[in-house]
Amino acid sequence: MTDSPLADLHEEPVRLPDFVARLPGGRYRTLNPATKATFALVEALVAFAVRGWTGPTTMLVVGLAAAAWAGLLGRTLRVLVITSPLVLSIMLVNTFLYPGATDVLWRIGPLAATAEGLTAALQAVLRVAAFVVSVAVFSFTTPADDLLADLERRGLGRRAEFVVGAALQTIPRMRERAAEIADAQRSRGLDTEGSRWRRVRGIVPLAAPMVFGALSEVEEQTMALEARAFSAPGRRTVLRTLPDSAAQRAVRWLTGLGAVVAVAGSLAGWLRLP
Amino acid sequence: MTLRLVAATYRYAGAAAPTLHDVELRLEPGRVLGVVGPNEAGKSTLCLVASGLAPATIGGHLAGSVTLDGLETASLRPHELAQRCGVLFQNPATQLSGTTRTVLEELAFGPRNLGLPLPEVLARVEWAAAVLGLEALLDRDPQRLSGGQAQLVALASVLALRPGHLVLDEPTSQLDPQGTRLVGEALGRLAAETGTAVLIVEHKTGLLARLADEVLVLDAGAVVRSGSAAEVLADVALEAHGVEPPPAVGLVRALEAAGLAVDPALLEEAAG
Repeated sequence: MTDSPLADLHEEPVRLPDFVARLPGGRYRTLNPATKATFALVEALVAFAVRGWTGPTTMLVVGLAAAAWAGLLGRTLRVLVITSPLVLSIMLVNTFLYPGATDVLWRIGPLAATAEGLTAALQAVLRVAAFVVSVAVFSFTTPADDLLADLERRGLGRRAEFVVGAALQTIPRMRERAAEIADAQRSRGLDTEGSRWRRVRGIVPLAAPMVFGALSEVEEQTMALEARAFSAPGRRTVLRTLPDSAAQRAVRWLTGLGAVVAVAGSLAGWLRLP
Repeated sequence: MTLRLVAATYRYAGAAAPTLHDVELRLEPGRVLGVVGPNEAGKSTLCLVASGLAPATIGGHLAGSVTLDGLETASLRPHELAQRCGVLFQNPATQLSGTTRTVLEELAFGPRNLGLPLPEVLARVEWAAAVLGLEALLDRDPQRLSGGQAQLVALASVLALRPGHLVLDEPTSQLDPQGTRLVGEALGRLAAETGTAVLIVEHKTGLLARLADEVLVLDAGAVVRSGSAAEVLADVALEAHGVEPPPAVGLVRALEAAGLAVDPALLEEAAG
């Protein structure tokens, strides 16, 4: 036996070291990223496209159940709270300014709250909440590199994968670089804190070196990629394969098909739900 | 397995005059060729031309001949060039793909681009990591390495494509003495043990004195001196071309200036 992290590479079939395989653990997280993406997509689609209360309410309940199963209910509810300004504006605009509504519930000055407006507002809020929950559960349970690895296995092109992967990895790097530039500018007497106006004025000397610095590196990065055969023809070798199963594939197809039928039925009028 | 430039003249796109003029060089397997010269001498351009990136990737006009293993670089596609000639630039941060979570995945980036079978990809990763002594870093985040470590990872990433030639543009310019030593030792081992031909542009002549078999002096885009590393680096005319001699050569000269007799063999040894 050896302690080398590559010791298992000589086994047949090849077993990747754990730090590369990064197999997800825990309830819901172990599902294949495509399965979780399908669930999120279906929840959002049905919540927005199926008329009435049933679609958004069911999808919100399903989303919250998934969050609870994954042990993420508290975190998901906190995300919902963050959307409260949007929820408030939806409520106010729809309740008081719903076009054509006549059944007035109460008046505040020149504005009248209507029952139709309130109904539309509550349904819209349910739709937004279901969408937010679906996105939150998906993003909390699916690391970006898991999703990209799975999409690559399913045929996503190397350029698309690189663009998304590089963009995701660039964010923390740009944040670090911004902090370094801000420190350098402060050491030269630039005020980047304090009042809002001072902070706004501090953006230009902060942003310019960041943008120009990033642009100046692009050519060298392009050449470095070419030097590593980035433009080679054919498919890239798939390194990480995340677990999938026939049962999950079946669930994905059934769920997707069910969502399409529900949406089509609702829009065509033959699926009448409260 | 030879890199050869014959009367190579290169002009950047939009430039009025060429940056390189009639450059001749020949690099055999297992040999290390150092390139020195003042700023704006055309050293980085020589790296781009020798590796085939110019004009293939950045455009411009090349006259004369640049061949890798007897094939004109102009006739090779970028991924074919990458398998014959690895190239490394100054800044470690721009050498890494920026898309990987571990050093192992970073090293696998190039071989995966070639679509090699997974066992072959991993064998190459294992080999490249072993050559540069990077096994202990394989689980680390490439973005969280020191400058020297990051440069070694970038070098290993290029090596994983198994090129017969390496072109390195000031690979230690952003490294501290320890990082410089790490890279220098790794390159020496690589050339000696794998027969890789190395062309290295360096301002640190002390490193070249230890590493290079031959040195070429470039000034204003032309080769003004070439020969064995010991001979060229001990040449008093080197400073006229804006190149500092290695510290050991400077020390010997200082001793001589102070009236202390120095054995000429010592000068040779110090430079070599």
